[in-house]
Amino acid sequence: MKRKVLAIDDSRTMRGMLSAALTAAGFDVDLAEDGIEGLEALDRSRPDLVITDINMPRLDGFGLIEGARQRENCTGLPILVLSTESGESMKQRARQAGATGWIVKPFDEEKLVQVINRLIA
Amino acid sequence: MSELSEMFFQECDELLEGLVKSLGEIESGSADDETVNSMFRAVHSIKGGAGAFGLTAVVSFAHVFENVLDDVRSKKLAIDDNVVALFFMASDQLTDLIDACKSDGEAAAEANEKLVEELSDLHSSVNRDVAPELEEEISFQPMALDLGLDLAEPNAGPAEGQKEFEITFAPRLALYEAGHEPALLIRTLQDMGELSVTADLSSVGTASLDANAEAWIVWHLHLKPDAGVDESTIREVFEFVEGLCRLDIETSDTAAFSGALPDMEALSGLPDLPPAVLPGLEAAPEAAAETPQPPQSELQSSAQIKKKAAPVNNTIRVDLERVDRLINLVGELVISEAMLRQSMSGTDHERRNSVDDAMSQLRQLSGMLQEGVMAIRAQPVRGLFQRMSRIVRETAKEAGKSAQLVTIGDSTEVDKTVTERLVEPLTHMIRNAVDHGLEAPEARLAAGKPEKGFVTLEAMHRSGRVIITLSDDGAGINRPKVRAIAESKDLVRPGEDLSDADIDNLLFRPGFSTATEVSNLSGRGVGMDVVRNEIQSLGGRVSISSTPGVGTKMTISLPLTLAVLEGMVVIVEGEALVVPTLALRETLQPGQAQIHEFCENDRALSINGQLIPVSDLGSALGYRKHLTDLSKQVLLMIEGDAGQRAAIAVDKIVDQREVVIKGLEQNYMSIPGISAATILGDGNIALIVDTDQMFSTQAPEASELSVSSGPRRHYDNAGTEHHV
Repeated sequence: MKRKVLAIDDSRTMRGMLSAALTAAGFDVDLAEDGIEGLEALDRSRPDLVITDINMPRLDGFGLIEGARQRENCTGLPILVLSTESGESMKQRARQAGATGWIVKPFDEEKLVQVINRLIA
Repeated sequence: MSELSEMFFQECDELLEGLVKSLGEIESGSADDETVNSMFRAVHSIKGGAGAFGLTAVVSFAHVFENVLDDVRSKKLAIDDNVVALFFMASDQLTDLIDACKSDGEAAAEANEKLVEELSDLHSSVNRDVAPELEEEISFQPMALDLGLDLAEPNAGPAEGQKEFEITFAPRLALYEAGHEPALLIRTLQDMGELSVTADLSSVGTASLDANAEAWIVWHLHLKPDAGVDESTIREVFEFVEGLCRLDIETSDTAAFSGALPDMEALSGLPDLPPAVLPGLEAAPEAAAETPQPPQSELQSSAQIKKKAAPVNNTIRVDLERVDRLINLVGELVISEAMLRQSMSGTDHERRNSVDDAMSQLRQLSGMLQEGVMAIRAQPVRGLFQRMSRIVRETAKEAGKSAQLVTIGDSTEVDKTVTERLVEPLTHMIRNAVDHGLEAPEARLAAGKPEKGFVTLEAMHRSGRVIITLSDDGAGINRPKVRAIAESKDLVRPGEDLSDADIDNLLFRPGFSTATEVSNLSGRGVGMDVVRNEIQSLGGRVSISSTPGVGTKMTISLPLTLAVLEGMVVIVEGEALVVPTLALRETLQPGQAQIHEFCENDRALSINGQLIPVSDLGSALGYRKHLTDLSKQVLLMIEGDAGQRAAIAVDKIVDQREVVIKGLEQNYMSIPGISAATILGDGNIALIVDTDQMFSTQAPEASELSVSSGPRRHYDNAGTEHHV
């Protein structure tokens, strides 16, 4: 069965890139445009992994992670932050919210896939 | 990648558009917290995307810009007029940088250093007390992975004389709950050197299930690191599980290690159990993932669709070519519907009744379909208007004036081609408005006006057309000066009787420029005549009105679409022609008495004491050599933009209808007097008459048009002769 990755980013370009890279790597990709949509997607079905942006309208990445961690069906769900931010304080917040990892944009397609494979293969 | 980069640039355009809109809101005082947030996100998204495409100039500028926006967002920096002005400049700069990338693929434009400096100064001025976060420095190497899953470069091999590490890693339950996987972290360490792993299972079954309690397995790791691996590298691996585990790292010299290490001895004393997984914990994600998902009921999926639709603008991006193909096809459909209708009109009465219903339904449907498809091409003028705000700012700055653009009705939708082709004429008009229309600040104050001049752009729909007005609150047109210039340039005879409107319209005459010295602003070698030509080529009209001391207003009237035209079908020498109703004022059946014949082929119509030149369409277009008896013809009175009138004589009027425009230039050539063609209901092709070329009032020798041997020769409004 194909592994499903939920990618959340308010940038259409970024969603496009993630979708292209992950689909090519054989994942099922679900996309959401902000934290709210991301949580809605999580409620619909549990993906195998979540990649989320931080700066998003309506509900940001921290909010999404906190929301996901409160959901019973999301226990043990790896959530990676994909952000241009690389400040320690931001990472700290993500950690506290319950992020599994932090990837700095721009991402290298091959490496991203490798990381995901390691997490959920 | 090209598709993605196209997507990126499109998104950039939208984000920049939003950015300028937000700035406008701040300027007008209607902004709230979310305004600044969205600005920050826009610049942030641009930075992220630009990074992905390696557009370093954009990235570094966006970064500086973003920092200051973040200061505003976090209320460290208050927004005042200077900040807004700086932000406007910054968004312009960002636009330029991105535009440069668009054309080159590689950033050619360099960021304005002064602007970068100003932004940086602003940023550091409010962050002086804050210790800079080193990590904030952006370095866009592809992928810095702070994950504890960092993929180390191929091993450099074990380094001699380096310290070795004893690592104790005791995950808490919360670590598993956050989706971490000790095995992955350990595998990452494996890439850093020679690693031996031991699992301490002595506490299995004893710990509580509190999330903060240590899980049952404690890992003891011994790492003989490769060159370049130090304690901080190892700590980085565990960065994301900080607080979720107990981590002890101890070092020992390689040399020392050759002897027996106490730690190791301690380790070897542990029960030698194979690494095991905790059924309740590590297996949890697996189990959940494997749980069959409930079948999606229809209800669910429709809810899904609804959710998707709600939050964002529900738009799709379609290649323009596809839309145009669709529009063409719908045009064909409309034509064949008309053909069908025509051929049905001759059949028997009984048969017709049943067919009639179906026919009228088909007609209605194809009409609706056509409208719907046309609407696809429609776009709000917002983007166009926002581009203009920049023109106002730049022109005002260069001209040493203070000006602000006010836009009204920017959600009005216009055909995409129209908005695109309006950019240049509108830019020129705006430059004129700011440069010539608005007074200098001192003059404004002296006239009791606010120092800042306002330029207003307004769009609206009116009776099937789009009306765009551009008004300024400047001094109005200096008519004596305009007249003097026109006289000096031989555009009018000295002392000629001219109404105010006549004088205002002189601005549109070729070769007219009010600027005594050509400034590099509005006078870029093109006059308002070029503006008018461009608008006319879009099937539009432009007019000007002005009140001294109060301001000038220009009105552009445009068709909603360039694909259909409302026209009157006429017959000339047995040929069907279409005259656009746009220019049509009235139709007349002339009594002989109203016609004056000056010489053999020069005729005029007398109406309300005015003499209106008459041209015979048949001879003007070369269908016949000799004029027909006017009394057997019908006259179409047409009016030009400047109010000039002419009468066109045709043999017969058929009816008035919407016709689908089929361009000729692409497949054939540009024909003077003819703007395009269409296919009529009977399948015949009819040429569409270019009425603008029928006026002769402004051309002294224009009566030649009606006696010329045909379309080999024509005159534009100014009477300049063109040979084809």
